[in-house]
Order: sequence, then structure tokens, then C-alpha cells
Amino acid sequence: MNALDSLLNGFGTALTPVNVLWAAVGVLLGTAIGVLPGIGPAMAVALLLPVTYGLDPVAAFIMFAGIYYGAMFGGSTTSILLNTPGESAAVVAAMEGHPMAKAGRGAQALAAAAIGHFTGGMVGTILLVALAPTVAHLAVDIGAPDYFAIMVLAFIAVTSVLGSSRIRGLASLLIGLTIGLVGLDQMTGQQRLTFGALQLADGVDVVIVAVGLFAIGEALWVAAHLRRRPADPIPVGRPWLGRGDVRRTWKPWLRGPFIGFPFGAIPAGGAEIPTFLSYVTEKRLSRHKDEWGKGAIEGVAGPESAASASAAGTLVSMLTLGLPTTAVAAVMLAAFQQYGIQPGPLLFDREPELVWGLIASLFVGMVLLLALNLPLAPVWAKLLRIPRPYLYAGIMFFAAIGAYAVGGEPIDLVILLVIGLIGFGMRRYGLPVLPAVIGVVLGPNAEQQMRRALQISDGAVTGLVNTPFAVTVYAVIALMLAAPGLRRLAGAVRGRRRESRREGGADA
Amino acid sequence: MTAPTPDPAGPPAAGTTRSWLRDHSELGVCVLLLALGVLVLTDALTMDVDLSQRGPVGPKTVPVVVGSGLLVIAALLAVDVLRGGRGQAEGGEDVDLSEPADWRTVLLLAGVFLGAAVLIEPAGFPVAGALLFWGAAYALGSRRTDRDPLIAAVLSLGTYAAFDKLLGVPLPGGPLMGVV
Repeated sequence: MNALDSLLNGFGTALTPVNVLWAAVGVLLGTAIGVLPGIGPAMAVALLLPVTYGLDPVAAFIMFAGIYYGAMFGGSTTSILLNTPGESAAVVAAMEGHPMAKAGRGAQALAAAAIGHFTGGMVGTILLVALAPTVAHLAVDIGAPDYFAIMVLAFIAVTSVLGSSRIRGLASLLIGLTIGLVGLDQMTGQQRLTFGALQLADGVDVVIVAVGLFAIGEALWVAAHLRRRPADPIPVGRPWLGRGDVRRTWKPWLRGPFIGFPFGAIPAGGAEIPTFLSYVTEKRLSRHKDEWGKGAIEGVAGPESAASASAAGTLVSMLTLGLPTTAVAAVMLAAFQQYGIQPGPLLFDREPELVWGLIASLFVGMVLLLALNLPLAPVWAKLLRIPRPYLYAGIMFFAAIGAYAVGGEPIDLVILLVIGLIGFGMRRYGLPVLPAVIGVVLGPNAEQQMRRALQISDGAVTGLVNTPFAVTVYAVIALMLAAPGLRRLAGAVRGRRRESRREGGADA
Repeated sequence: MTAPTPDPAGPPAAGTTRSWLRDHSELGVCVLLLALGVLVLTDALTMDVDLSQRGPVGPKTVPVVVGSGLLVIAALLAVDVLRGGRGQAEGGEDVDLSEPADWRTVLLLAGVFLGAAVLIEPAGFPVAGALLFWGAAYALGSRRTDRDPLIAAVLSLGTYAAFDKLLGVPLPGGPLMGVV
């Protein structure tokens, strides 16, 4: 009831003409940037961050939410029409969507994806409204040791759940933590890793790190390996669905959110796992098994809906705990910090207008997204033909604006380039970028919380584990660390049992 | 535009060493992580914290942990690489990994970007931004001398106007905007 009242107030904020305009601008910009090949949602939000600098926080986050959903939606268009997904979550959309486009059913694939996004986003956001205040309420009493435990969980999760190599994930995290150390120590004013340079005393801005790693790093990496003949997109008309298609897709649309939402809320890699799970589920439940791999529409509808709902799930942990579970959430957290707002359990009490305005604008954004994107799809598809030199030159151009707008210092552009080169090297040697960004965003905060906790306990290490919440989180971390070993053990046991059974069979 | 491949000539013994090094170029990452670790540790240990220390944990502790972590991970990564582990280069929509890296383009792009960083204050954003876009497009292989500068100028001026006037994000106009 209370949440409902707050939500209505939020709609009061989100539905003012100016804010609807910002939401529409965000959705359009987000979709346009997301459709552009090579730009995933994380890079899109990082590149578009400076657009919001001059706005007040409420308008900025309303626009930001539009950009986020728009970019996710745009990404699936690229997968379906080009078969070259820019980010892991869109891989699944290409598996059935691209064969559909090749068979001349691109319009239906786009419609299934668009409505899937809409449904998933709607259900996901309703779950967000229902759950977030409760989570925030439960978390309101948590103190420094608990925060520290949550952040350690984020560090461990991002390095060991994602990617193929834990060592490389940890290396990336440590690089991020090191960048986060640069500047004045917040508690004592001690200079760290500044080498006496005044420009470094304020530290390296998170926005510069995100833009450098995501945008400049990607542009340089692609430049080194630019495909001489870009893939040809399949032309497409206005998306529509026939009655038979709707009969096949409405269940996947509704099932997707319940797979996507929980995975978005935990630090398990965002949309990657749930889209795949949804794909597998739909394949098992489908009555048209022969079509799978050749363009089954359920394989587009379910995963896209799951992806969209996982974005809403991401917002639950981001808003209530200040815990970013995906790259986009990390950039969003950086945006909050830019305004001096710290997401966490108190956010709902301290900034109700902002939070509920943001949540309400998610609904508004989704309606706008559906209304704009169905008719505009052929226009978006044209963006896929942009000459690649212009595309990557444009990325560098907007990255430069973003870095300069942070502080108006040309030296920031040099720092941006250096971080871009680090991002290039990380791509070359398979170091995942996300742990580094999480390290920069959460590192300084984690240090504060740890030192505060130890201050309270007067230096006793038990001060870090003296709450049930923290102990629970550390137990989860221990499980996560032990999981690969346990799985191997289970595999060995199962293998031995099978062997012994076989032997037993031979005996009998 | 072919990439300048490293000179394959040389005595055979050196050749095998070189190919071993190229195969294990990821060890360079270990060296960099090691160097970074040493840097962080040196900075932490030379810190003079007697005056500023408040509470049981001073500003030194976390840098020491991170620095040591970097040393450990550098060693672990080296072991992994020597055992045959390889970081997988990232694929993408416009990425063709079958060809060797084109270093010329990367260096040109970095140079163009540095140039823009130098120019942005004296020449203003519209000029520096246009040169950045044109230069980057040139580096990436676009040779339309009629169209490229025009697109660069329109994009740069339009963005300047949008950010500086509409969105309230100040960018330096430079002498050109002073005249207009």
C-alpha cells in the first residue's frame, strides 16, 4: 500500500511534460546508440553520461533509465539483423532471431523481441516495486561490517562467476582497485599514488575509467582488427506478428521475467545466464522442436523478456544495497556518486522523489520504447550500415567530450587515453573489463567501510564478522569460492559411481 | 594497409626464442602487473602516516594488501601462461581476429587523440573535436576528403551547440566561437 502511494507520487514526477520529454530523448538516444554495432549497453550509458551532467538529478536519472532500456532493446536489433551480437546477453537473441531474419521473418523476430522487452520490463519493474522497499527496509539497519561484506561478495562474484579464468578476473579487479587508490585518502587526507601531481589528488574519476575501458579501449581494439568487409545487415520492414506467432510467444514472454529477474538481482553476470536458461526452457517446452536452430520465435521472445527483467532485477540490488551486479549498474552507480547520492537502504527515505520518479519513469520509458520502436525499426536498421570509420571515430569523439566534461581539464583526456590503452591490453589478453570497473567504483567505498568497522571494534578483526548478516554473506562467498572444487568433486564421485555401476553390471 | 609485422629474419636460434616470446607474450602482462605491484607497495611503504593516522587502520593497509595481491596474481598468471593457459582475445561485431593486429591504425588513433587533448584549450572544442573526428576516421581508413571534413565540422559544431547551449555542459569555444 505504502509502495503504491509512493509509486503514484513517482508517476506525478515522471509524467510532468519535461520529464516525459527527457525520458523520450533517453529512449531514442539509447536505442540509436544501442543499435549501432559494437556498442553494448554499458558503453552506451558511459558515452551518454555527460549528456545528463547539466540536468538536475531527477531529470538526469529519468533520461538515464531511458538510455539503459533503449540500449538493451537496440542491442537485440543488431543481433537479429547482423548475427554479430556485441555483448554476451544478446548472443541468445541471435541464435533464433538471425535465422528468422534470413528466412524473411525479420519483422516478426523484431516484434517478438520488442514486445518481449516490454513484457519483461513491465513484470520486472512491478517486481522491483514490490520487493525493493522491503529489501531496503530489511537492510536499513546494516552497518559498516555488513557493507564491507557485501562489497567483498561483489568482488568475488564478479571475478569468479564471470569469465573463464579466475586469475585473469582477479588481475582485472586488482588493476581497478589500484586505480581507485589514486588520490587523497578520504579519512586522513594522505596522498596515495599521486606522485606529487596535483591533478591526481582528486583521484581518477570513475566516469573517465568507465569511458576509457569501455569506449576508448573498444575503439582501439576494433581498430587493430577491423573487419575489412563489415557484415551485411538484412533489410527489414515494419515489425508485426500474426495470430499464430502471438499464440506461440505469449507464454515465453510471461515466463521470461521470472527467470531473468532473480538473476539480475544477484551478482551473477546480469543477463547472460538467464537468457540462456530461458532459451533452454523454451526449447524444452516448445511444440515446434524441429524449428529450433532454424528460427523458432519462442527462442527470441523468452530470452529477450528475461534480459529485460534482469535489468529490473539489477536495479533492486543497485538501489537498495548500492551493489552493482552488471557493468551498466556500475556506470549508473558512478552517475549517482557524481550527484553526491549514495544508493543504499537509506536512499528510499532520503530521496523518495528521485527513486520513485526513476521507477515510475521506467514504466513510462517502456511504453515509449514500444510505441517508438515498432514503427521506427526500419530506420534503426539503417543505422547498421554506418561506415565503420565514422562509427569508431564518433565513439572517440564522444568519449573525449565525456572525459572533458567531468572536470574541464585537458589532462583528463590524456588519462582517458592511458586507461583506454589499458583496456586495449585487457581485451588482447582476455582480462575481463567488468571487474576493473567494479574495483574502481566499489574499492574506495569498501576501504572506508572496512576501516570504519575496525575503528568501532578498536582494531579487532572480529569487528568485520560480528553481525549475522555479515557472517551469512561470508558463508555465501565461501560457497562461491568452493563451488568449482565441489563441482569437480561431484563429477568425480558421479564418474566413479557410474564406473562402479558398470563394473557391478559386468559382474552380474 | 598491412600491419608492420616484426622482422622474421635473424639467426635461427634467435628466431625460435622470438617465436617462443611471441607465443608467450602474455608474460608481458605478468611483468606489468608485477611492476604495478612494486609501485603500489613502494608508494605505500614510503608513506609518512605518523601524523595522520586515525583509528587502528591507516591509509597504508589497503595499498599494501592490493600491492601484495598484484605480486601474487602476477606470479599465478605467469605459472598459468607457462603451463599453456591463454587469455582469449575478445571478439566482436567488427572484429576480425584472423588477421594480425594493425598497430599503425592504433598508434595513429592514439596520436590523433593526444593531438585533440593538446588543442582543446587553445583552439576550442569545435576545432579540436572536428580534427579528432576527421583524424580518427582517416586513421580507420576513410579517405573521402570531400565528405569527411564536412561531417566532422557539422558533428563538432552541432555537439558543441547542443552541450554548451542546450544541455548546460560547458565546453571551451576557443577563438573561433569568440569571433562568431
